Amino acid sequence: MRPMAPNHPRRNLEHAITRSEGWETFPDPHILWERNEKVMPGNRFNGFTDYGIGIGLRAPHYDHILSRKPVVDWFEIISENFMIDGGRPLHILDQILEQYKVVQHGVSMYFGSAEKPDREHLRRLKELVKRTNTPWLSDHLCWGSVDGRYTHDLLPMPYTFEAVRLTAQKIREVRDFLEIPIAVENVSSYAEYHVSEMTEWEFLNEVVERADCGILLDVNNIYVSSRNHNFDPLTYINSVPAHRVAQIHVAGHSKFQKYILDTHDHPVIDPVWKLYDRAIQRAGHTATLLEWDDSIPSFQEVHREALKANRFLASKSLAVAV
Amino acid sequence: MSAYAARYIKPNDRLTSFERLEIYNRQYWFRVLASLAEDYPGLRAVLGGRRFEAMCKAYLTECPSRSFTLRNLGAQLGIWLRQNPIWIRDRRVLALDMVRLEWADIEAFDGEAKPALRSEDLRKAKPASLQLDIQPYLQLLDLHYPVDDLLLEVKHGDDTPDRASNAVQQRRKHSRVRAVAKLEPAEMFLAVHRLDFSVYFRRIEPEEFALLTALRSGKTVERAIELAFRKSSVPAADRAAFVQHSFQTWAALGWFCRREANLRGKKVREERA
Repeated sequence: MRPMAPNHPRRNLEHAITRSEGWETFPDPHILWERNEKVMPGNRFNGFTDYGIGIGLRAPHYDHILSRKPVVDWFEIISENFMIDGGRPLHILDQILEQYKVVQHGVSMYFGSAEKPDREHLRRLKELVKRTNTPWLSDHLCWGSVDGRYTHDLLPMPYTFEAVRLTAQKIREVRDFLEIPIAVENVSSYAEYHVSEMTEWEFLNEVVERADCGILLDVNNIYVSSRNHNFDPLTYINSVPAHRVAQIHVAGHSKFQKYILDTHDHPVIDPVWKLYDRAIQRAGHTATLLEWDDSIPSFQEVHREALKANRFLASKSLAVAV
Repeated sequence: MSAYAARYIKPNDRLTSFERLEIYNRQYWFRVLASLAEDYPGLRAVLGGRRFEAMCKAYLTECPSRSFTLRNLGAQLGIWLRQNPIWIRDRRVLALDMVRLEWADIEAFDGEAKPALRSEDLRKAKPASLQLDIQPYLQLLDLHYPVDDLLLEVKHGDDTPDRASNAVQQRRKHSRVRAVAKLEPAEMFLAVHRLDFSVYFRRIEPEEFALLTALRSGKTVERAIELAFRKSSVPAADRAAFVQHSFQTWAALGWFCRREANLRGKKVREERA
């Protein structure tokens, strides 16, 4: 059975820093260590939080998490899996919320679809926001529905000024209803439109400025799209307004002969970590999440993969544990 | 179609416009067909894999998803199969029973649960005026085949590891085919409910089905009991014990909840006091 696809005391800050295997030097956690970049503990788009490295909350890991209670900075949930009336998924979520920080990530708001936001969808989403106390909500800069019919996919936008206007308007409406910060995620894509008037990163900039919202910067998606559309991914990363980056996603993908598919079923490859490194240089210490959604290995393996982000975070600056 | 795609989608140095659009097309069908296969393994066993997939494509072409969640993808499937019996022609009744059971399974899994009434709450009330409600997650089915047994057998077979060899998968498939072929019709009544967050199938007597259905429709307990035994073969002398046992069991299972009218009535009495 699909789960789809759930106000808690904050975890003690002494757990805010986690060690990764192979991390040979670990500065005194009680010293704030500034190097080239200042620590940016949070911004208004992530509720001024200082979340570290998180992983997606996935059904195959429920037993392990609830019985072993591993140290994890935070979990990301797919909102749609918990926008239900009752049952096991919400029961699991409530148990998770007793011990962990949770951030909501959606896959069906379709900010770029022409229709008005669905009121029932918003109502259920707001109920869930109150339940999880998520400090921000993310969803994708994409479309995926027409006339009430859903594709259940994240379709790329035409990068036009008209689309900027309508998308930003919808983001504002959703934010005003939910009353929490919104971060929009750049999607991976396999097609481009003749009608586009600008690049994807220009479109992202225009939308987030007009909507005054945050960015969930998915560096794997940038890599995938850069290979499919022949652009330099660093150009994208260097163009993003760093002060709006609320969260970063890293993930794996699958390479086919003529394109790359964003499958979230492999470890993160080195070129994607390099993009992550550059993103952290620009945006500072930012809540980071590893997405692993298919062929899901053990909890330990997923968490180990996520904690590789520490290699890059440590080389920039260090958050203090009090 | 290539010309149509070319009007909107740019080609690149490796793929034509159509090929780029086709990535999304394939992903769409892969996603929605996998979703229906996961939610309706019993129907798939009844129809066979190929006919099930063809049926799903026809269904989704006519009834595309109208919900933000894939959970509701099969919401119209039962109605659509009744309107399009060609897809279930030689196993019509069995297929319709199975699709109803599998939808009930979905509803019971994540349906709403209201605060349950306990036996003590029921004992205090007068049957003539007592209006109980049944938990929203509880699904009541009148069936013509023992599809609960079949579904459990299919799901048990599907629990074997994904990496099972071809031989194991073939044996599993043949086992499903035999299970379907040997299924004999039998009128039965089923309650699909939830206990400790797990879904259970509970066979109930026709009188119990009638009683629960009447309670759900808003009848008082007294009236629901009358209706339940209208065509019953249970001896009159045994009916009181029958009802008592049923109510005790259902209360223990948490099936009863307050009907909204009771709450309003209580508020009026409190205001008057």
